Amino acid sequence: MIHARALEKRYGDKPILRGVELDVGTHDFLLVTGPNGSGKTTLLRLCAGLAAPTRGELEISVERGRLGYVGHEPLVYRELTALENLELYGRLYRVPERRERIGMLLERFGLWDARHARAGSFSRGMLQRLALSRALLHEPELLILDEPYSGLDNEGAALLDRELAARTDDAAFVVATHDPQRIERFASARLSLA
Amino acid sequence: MAAAIALIFFYAPLDQDGLNQKIFYFHVPIAFTAYACFGWGGWKALRHLWKRDPNADLESYVAIHLGVIFGLLTLVTGSIWARYRWGHWWVWSEDQLVLFLVLFLFYCAYFMLRFSLPPGPQRANLSAVYALFGVALIPVSVLAIRLSQRFIHPVAFDKHGPQMAASQFFTFCVALVAMLALGATLYHLELAGKRLDLRLRELREALQ
Amino acid sequence: MTYFSDVAALARKDLLLELRARDTLPAMLLFVVSTLVVFHFVLPADSSDLAAAGLLWVALLFTALLGLSRSFAAEREQGVIDGLVLAPSDRSAIWVGKAVSILAFLVLAEVIALPAYALFFRPVGGALVAGVALADVGIAAVGTLLAAMATASRARELLLPLLFLPLAIPIVVGGVGASVADDPARYLGFLGLYDALFAIICWASFEYVVTE
Repeated sequence: MIHARALEKRYGDKPILRGVELDVGTHDFLLVTGPNGSGKTTLLRLCAGLAAPTRGELEISVERGRLGYVGHEPLVYRELTALENLELYGRLYRVPERRERIGMLLERFGLWDARHARAGSFSRGMLQRLALSRALLHEPELLILDEPYSGLDNEGAALLDRELAARTDDAAFVVATHDPQRIERFASARLSLA
Repeated sequence: MAAAIALIFFYAPLDQDGLNQKIFYFHVPIAFTAYACFGWGGWKALRHLWKRDPNADLESYVAIHLGVIFGLLTLVTGSIWARYRWGHWWVWSEDQLVLFLVLFLFYCAYFMLRFSLPPGPQRANLSAVYALFGVALIPVSVLAIRLSQRFIHPVAFDKHGPQMAASQFFTFCVALVAMLALGATLYHLELAGKRLDLRLRELREALQ
Repeated sequence: MTYFSDVAALARKDLLLELRARDTLPAMLLFVVSTLVVFHFVLPADSSDLAAAGLLWVALLFTALLGLSRSFAAEREQGVIDGLVLAPSDRSAIWVGKAVSILAFLVLAEVIALPAYALFFRPVGGALVAGVALADVGIAAVGTLLAAMATASRARELLLPLLFLPLAIPIVVGGVGASVADDPARYLGFLGLYDALFAIICWASFEYVVTE
């Protein structure tokens, strides 16, 4: 699904990534680790197609509609409600049976009661759950998650564990985290950015 | 080299005409060269977006940079010409001058855009798109200025550019070729200089 | 067909955002009326139709800039543009959706501005209204793309007017010409040409403005 060789990325003159190689196949779970500032976020953005490499080969053979991404920002509009945000993404991703899927995801992430509340009123943890719902809405084949546990309380983290466990057979994952113990059991491969 | 030869050619036939005409031999070729630079910049911008040519962004930038310099010279020589012809340093009735003013402003904004972004694919993309807008703006502005003259100066406006005798035409052509050659030389010089800068920076990076 | 539903979803989103935030449109309305009042003090009593029309167009242009500078604010402040770019829809749909919503704001602002102009200065003719309508399309099209560009840079509030004004000169020429000339059709035709040409360029190049 993703194939990269000698990947390099720099912003201006600052090199962020150098000589990165990776291969992610259809059922792989790649765990990306490294300290803060090691380029995990940049690498994930490259994998999602949000940035172009400065040099090297990067091949992403998944179409955009089959890719789910969770970054540092929840990528939701603060002035819209949770429901309206998911409605928008549901339309843009051509999700079949949109209403039902939105309802199901809201419920699974414990957001059903807050569905008519503006996203701007959400706590950090709720925003993260909304972001995860957004990413899972269209049943992606490839999930790119950048520190997906950040901001989640114990309950939220347990929900995420459940979702990951449910999907490892159906989808490929690229997950960046600076605390790998929680999801090591899912990982089929590891990439450490020093 | 090319520039030197061109300039020598330039000065020889210049003696035959009055001061007014002499400016003309600078002004119009400079204007042409500026158009050529903007056009070339636009072409390179298209190559960057369409064919992902890795060199095209720098080439487009250098071409437009030169175009702005020649554009500024066009405005200056045009202003001098206006002074001699009509007694004013600026005339709105001269379509060519107004056009260059608009284009000059546009391409200065190009530089503001470029300098407000860090180097990278985004800056290259945005510069290229804006450069293409510039190319589209040229004919549209020509039309707009001509249309605007109808309600700003509703009197018949005189044609710009004298009828040229054979010798004058020859001088003009030589001047044109010379100016284009000068432009091309400067382009390659600046491009080479910038490429050298990049190479130096890359080597420095590699050593770290 | 999905293209249109994408555009509809995006435009609907923008209109909904404005409805909730209620900051851009009221500012535009207040700005245009204030500007017209200022112009009353600027125009001498015996000034021509041309001068009055010119000032109207200046007011409209700067009101448009005010609206355009806010157009990508939500996307920029919350990084949401990534979410839109990741979607499988054509990136140009983002441009169409935004341009449609800006167009709506412009029209609403003019619904107030043109009667105000007629009240304060000169009566408003059909040709002027047609000119405003055509100019709005051009302003929305080009302005939206340039607003997206300006968003990317550090100096965004400064950059948008600089990028936009040279491109707005033909629009102003067309608009003023349509307002005062004897043969407005020529100027309206020119505005149509501008709109068609630049809309195509914007539509084709928006993809490159939001991706690397």
